[in-house]
Amino acid sequence: MESFFVFAGIAILALILPILYRIIAGPTAIDRIVAVNVIGTKTTVLLIIIGMIFERVGMFVDFAITYALLNFIGSLAAARYFDRVNPAKRFTQSEIKDQEP
Amino acid sequence: MILNIICIALVVTGIIFFVGGAVGIVRFPDFYTRMHAAGKGDTMSVFLVLIGLAVYQLSDFNMTNLLVAGKIFFITVFIMWASPTSTHALIKAGLEEGQEVWTRKNKKDTEEGQ
Repeated sequence: MESFFVFAGIAILALILPILYRIIAGPTAIDRIVAVNVIGTKTTVLLIIIGMIFERVGMFVDFAITYALLNFIGSLAAARYFDRVNPAKRFTQSEIKDQEP
Repeated sequence: MILNIICIALVVTGIIFFVGGAVGIVRFPDFYTRMHAAGKGDTMSVFLVLIGLAVYQLSDFNMTNLLVAGKIFFITVFIMWASPTSTHALIKAGLEEGQEVWTRKNKKDTEEGQ
């Protein structure tokens, strides 16, 4: 069973490499953010598999929880940044309503 | 023994979904289609792999392993909730940034641009 976990971890690690290509060659910045988000999700799984291999899952599962939370917050912050930085942004109806006194 | 077989089946199915997501991210021509592959493939594969690992954790049943399996299940529920949310936010950011939508008409331009 342990060798199966080793092979599963190697397979997930090998699947990260084509997504690294998307980070290097992605045409726009937001493509790179998407690829980083996907790699973060894969790393969450990889951390639990590493814990299974070392038989210390109780420790590694907390790392995985933290990594998932940070990944989610990071991608949301990047999305909000791209919303703000765009000069031609059209305000939605709810935001116009908020700005009225 | 039967839990091991269930675990292996779930993890292998999840890795097949991971392959689909990776191929979609590399091969698709457009930002929106890439986002589609990333969001769906990741959510489903993480669900399958983590449920498989939680099932394997329950094969030696005691209170500590039950707690660890509950934490793994919490990560699963959190990712099922967070991955579509971040996909939606990133697609909205890309739409407001003015990304080009891929159609058959401007297919040639996109291939030249890459």
